[in-house]
Amino acid sequence: MNMLNIALPKGRLGEKAYAMFERAGFPCPSIKENNRKLIFENEAAGVRYFWVKPSDVAIYVERGAADLGIVGKDILLEYEPDVYELLDLGMGKCRMAVAAKRDFRDDRRRTLIVATKFAKIASRYYASQGRDIDIIHLNGSIELAPILSLSDVIVDIVETGTTLKENDLTERETIVPISARLIANKASYKFQSEAIGRIVESMAKQLEETT
Amino acid sequence: MKTTNRNRAASVSDALCTLYESYGFTQYNMSKFEAYDLYVRNKDFLISDSVITFTDTDGKLLALKPDVTLSIVKSGKDVPDVVQRVYYRENVYRISKGTHSFREMPQTGLECIGALDTFCLFDVIRLSCLSLNLISPDYVLDLTDLTPLSALFARLDLPKPQRDAMLKCIGEKNLHELRALSQAASLDTNAAKQLEALVTSAGKARDVLPRLEAVFTDDESKAAFDRFEAVLSLLEDAGLGDRIRLDFSVVSDMKYYNGFVFKGFVRGVPHSVLSGGQYDPLMRRMGRTSDAIGFAVYFDELERYLSDDDPYDVDTLLLYDAETPPATLERALQAIRETGVSVTAQRAQQTALRCRRVLKLENGEVKTVYEHA
Repeated sequence: MNMLNIALPKGRLGEKAYAMFERAGFPCPSIKENNRKLIFENEAAGVRYFWVKPSDVAIYVERGAADLGIVGKDILLEYEPDVYELLDLGMGKCRMAVAAKRDFRDDRRRTLIVATKFAKIASRYYASQGRDIDIIHLNGSIELAPILSLSDVIVDIVETGTTLKENDLTERETIVPISARLIANKASYKFQSEAIGRIVESMAKQLEETT
Repeated sequence: MKTTNRNRAASVSDALCTLYESYGFTQYNMSKFEAYDLYVRNKDFLISDSVITFTDTDGKLLALKPDVTLSIVKSGKDVPDVVQRVYYRENVYRISKGTHSFREMPQTGLECIGALDTFCLFDVIRLSCLSLNLISPDYVLDLTDLTPLSALFARLDLPKPQRDAMLKCIGEKNLHELRALSQAASLDTNAAKQLEALVTSAGKARDVLPRLEAVFTDDESKAAFDRFEAVLSLLEDAGLGDRIRLDFSVVSDMKYYNGFVFKGFVRGVPHSVLSGGQYDPLMRRMGRTSDAIGFAVYFDELERYLSDDDPYDVDTLLLYDAETPPATLERALQAIRETGVSVTAQRAQQTALRCRRVLKLENGEVKTVYEHA
């Protein structure tokens, strides 16, 4: 029997996504045990789950280590993996936005300095605006950059906006709305079409029922 | 003698060449270099848009081939009613997605150029199936015809960014964003329904074809589906029907491709290992009047798959000491070789060399040190 390998992002989003897979007929009770294992298997149901860092899910799926995965749209836009994007799960909703200090005024006569973890998304967005930018790639605490005059603006994920407010920053433009997506490896989709089809159909139905 | 890891890919490549020759294709040899100008003019046709360039002694800018098809098209001539059938086994130089650096990538493929009729199209698509079968009998070929899509886009006349975004969604089976794009472009119900059908109608070709025929009723699409039906019937007669999926996610750049496009997958390899299609628009761009279809098998994608099943570098390691006369060593090695296995001789065992068994030559006698099943 061919096992269906599913990469889940560690954390609350992954747990919610697992519940949807379970309802789709792919349960794996051992995943709910409180331990540090990373791989969980239910041979009878033909499924194997593994927890991975959220930003790595797309790599596991693109490279075929996982047949399916749950990943944020931000990761798909940034890394552009060669995968199928089968469903918008409507969970983990947030947005990719430009933020700056409250008193920031964009001087278009000079290059805009942008601090971000999402260099491709930022580059594409400003290219579409015809704006010349320079990017400072940071891996965390992006909000610090404009405060310390390291950058003019930041491009980052905004969920409630609380962190921005507490650091005296304001959201200036929304680049794109973000939510979790169900993705599939392109080859797996051909060889595990029956199981993947069942999951997509059930999840789409679950989404319809909740909206 | 047992096939080793190293030559399994080579033997598949050899088998492909033998297959193509048996179907009347002749080998096309080409220079490693090509004028850079050729690639600049057709940059979008290339899988990776970076090319390794260097200046020749006469000052001319040359490139290491990133692609084979362009060279074949450039060098051919159009002869009425004659079909040129060539195959190639070449290395191309492209940027690897993983390392973002240039890699040498072996490719084997074929091109069929001329006045192509239904038989010629079938012949090439059949050979793509037979090529996949040589790699693994567990394969599928995703096949489609771009005509309904190009007819729809011609009718809609959308701005390029919108059209590209829709094509991307079709390639990703991204129905939710395609719907949003259709809405944003204020498409009429029929056009939106047709676009959606390109994502939702995928699967065994024989089952999917009628679903698409019901949605695309314009004359151009109808003619394309009739041709698809004719080729599919021939493939079914050849016993290949079960392997053909109709799937529009194989969409390609319509500036270069038209008609049939296809991609091949084998179980166990996460990416497509074969890609091909009709490229009449490219021919016109290069001043050619002939039609063309071809495909390539990407051996870089197959590297891991074709080298996974042999745990040994050499079957037998024969250990000998400094006192062993060379003639005695040679006699022992020859005797082992004659049993049909590979053998190497060393004075000490290397940890890096994986061998099935280790023998020792002592006083002219061969003794077993250990042997794996």
